Amino acid sequence: MGRIILYIQSYLSSDQTPGAAGNMFWVLVYIMLVFGGLSVAVIAMNWLERKILAHMQVRLGPMRVGPHGLLQPIADALKLLLKEDIMPAEADGVIFWVAPFVVVLAAFTVFVVVPFGPTHAITDMNIGILFMLGVSSLSVLGIVMAGWASNSHYPLIGALRSSAQMVSYEVAMGLAVVSVVLMTSLNATGTGTLSMIGIVQAQQSQGVWFIFKFFPLGLIGFFIFAVAMVAETNRAPFDLAEAESELTAGFHTEYSGFRWSLFFLAEYSAMIAVSSIAVTLWLGGWLRPFPNALSGSTWDFMFSFFPAAAFLFLAAITFFNVVRMPKHPLFRIQTIGLAGFGVVLGLIGLVLLVPAVRMRVQDIFWFSAKVAAFMYLYIWYRGTFPRYRFDQLMRMGWKVLLPMGLGVLILTAGVALLQQNLWHP
Amino acid sequence: MAPVATPFFFYLLSGIMLIGGILVITRKNPVHSALALIVTLLAQASIYLMLYAPFVAGVQIILYAGGIMVLFLFVIMLVSIDRSMRERQFNSQWVAGIIAATALGGLFIAVYTKGTSIFPEHALPVVENDNTQKIATMLYGQYMFAFEIASLLLLVAIIGAVVMAKKKI
Amino acid sequence: MESMLHITTLHYLVLGAALFLLGVIGVLTRRNVVIVLMSIELILNAVNLNLVAFSRMWGGLHGQVFAIFIITDAAAEAAVGLGILIAFFRNKETINIDEVNLLKW
Repeated sequence: MGRIILYIQSYLSSDQTPGAAGNMFWVLVYIMLVFGGLSVAVIAMNWLERKILAHMQVRLGPMRVGPHGLLQPIADALKLLLKEDIMPAEADGVIFWVAPFVVVLAAFTVFVVVPFGPTHAITDMNIGILFMLGVSSLSVLGIVMAGWASNSHYPLIGALRSSAQMVSYEVAMGLAVVSVVLMTSLNATGTGTLSMIGIVQAQQSQGVWFIFKFFPLGLIGFFIFAVAMVAETNRAPFDLAEAESELTAGFHTEYSGFRWSLFFLAEYSAMIAVSSIAVTLWLGGWLRPFPNALSGSTWDFMFSFFPAAAFLFLAAITFFNVVRMPKHPLFRIQTIGLAGFGVVLGLIGLVLLVPAVRMRVQDIFWFSAKVAAFMYLYIWYRGTFPRYRFDQLMRMGWKVLLPMGLGVLILTAGVALLQQNLWHP
Repeated sequence: MAPVATPFFFYLLSGIMLIGGILVITRKNPVHSALALIVTLLAQASIYLMLYAPFVAGVQIILYAGGIMVLFLFVIMLVSIDRSMRERQFNSQWVAGIIAATALGGLFIAVYTKGTSIFPEHALPVVENDNTQKIATMLYGQYMFAFEIASLLLLVAIIGAVVMAKKKI
Repeated sequence: MESMLHITTLHYLVLGAALFLLGVIGVLTRRNVVIVLMSIELILNAVNLNLVAFSRMWGGLHGQVFAIFIITDAAAEAAVGLGILIAFFRNKETINIDEVNLLKW
């Protein structure tokens, strides 16, 4: 037992990601952790989306299944698993079967390079951001395959529209990413980097998050990426290809049961993946707010209480709602369930107060908090904006975002050149 | 980082590539051929990673597998009709084609068996960390002219493809 | 058996040659125009593999830069080739390469 603890401790004090260090065991452990965390995040997103959307529309959302609908995602998953698996008669069997897997693979492989901390990534490829953009463009193939294999015109039109939209907005995304990569090269040696961990370390050494660099160029680049990423993942207001009122659910119309849940899983994973890109490139990744302006051990100490404070705040809200539950005897089980959930949250908060845990969990917490903010923004967009028509969508991708991206790139390069020449002549 | 299990991955990936290649040229349904080609291209990107060329691997995934093959799939969906799948698949000169390919294969075998002495015994150690930076220095320094011509070529190809595929010019 | 276990440049060249052969067979024997274009892509990939393998052998990066140019070139050529195919299909309603015989005497 002591040797296991020594092994874990000797690993935790290394300064490389497990992939870069060539350590296969820890690579597998990290993969399991990321996979598990992602699944939990997708389940939580399902519940959060229905509740937040409902509260934005002045209604309550699911309230029955568990206390305040907390067990609703589990009920949905059970229903999807138990549904009959229908395949259309004339459909192409092999492609129909393979399409959901391609989309899921493309959505999950992206997380190999997502950095939760300076050494908390599965690996640190030196083409990190290029790899992420490339693999997320493979999901277009899965969608085209799904639409084609269903052998019916609604899925086909939906798949063609969806893939055309994704390919169009990939160009704008790429240009916004290139302007960030250019900003990473403004250091002493003059060489930038494509690796995700390197980009966050460049933000740390330059002392400014790239969203605020060369104001307003970083902000416009971030805005271009934020719009393009919503269009890339086929979410509102760009969800014409899968909206129920337009095309009877688009490319996944003919899919039922478990296969549909794979598409659903892939969509939420892709949302989290592109949000991770946005957080790493513009919002400073795992860095806490004001890492250079408010530096020093006292500020570190004060900021290190945020994770515990967040969980204890959530536990407090839960107990407040426990008190507000109806006092009817039929609600007793739900009240006990909600109180149990509150106790679990409180325990997690208390565990996060322990100093050893507190120091290690900082990076992961700030990264996850920023990605969670993006998830909230996704749900907010869905509840607020009307849907774009398809020709308006394509016009915006090619005629508005692409020139803006090019302009931001050229202006960033110009300002960077001026900065290098005027201040270091 | 030292390479791990190189022969296993090389034989696995080359097997996938060759099976994918055979499927490309023998399938009746062009969509199946396109999917087999995608598998081949992804396996080739992995072999580029084994050859210490990460930037070329990334470009291969983004451009080839994620761009060109999507274009192929769109066009297949536009022009593929069931009548073409029920016709004869191999044309009338297939015998001559196989003989020509066998002759070419014999030429390759002859070259490779006679020329094994010119390859150095061990490959040079390669640092992988600044591959992208070095390629960028070469692209914008030594090969600047070729870079500009490539962009001009892409412009010509865009205009050409639009003109070819339009209904009314 | 040791020569099978130690992967040298020759292994990659043989793999490239095999892919090239498959592409040539595809171009010479298939009737479907789209599959002929895909076989051309196989040929270009085989060439790329050779270039990158030699770049690894000699240590310089010229092979990789040229491989990037070839990938760019293949994209342009696929776009124009597919455009021609669509124009042809619109006129003749077939994608059989043996039917491209308007100039035959």
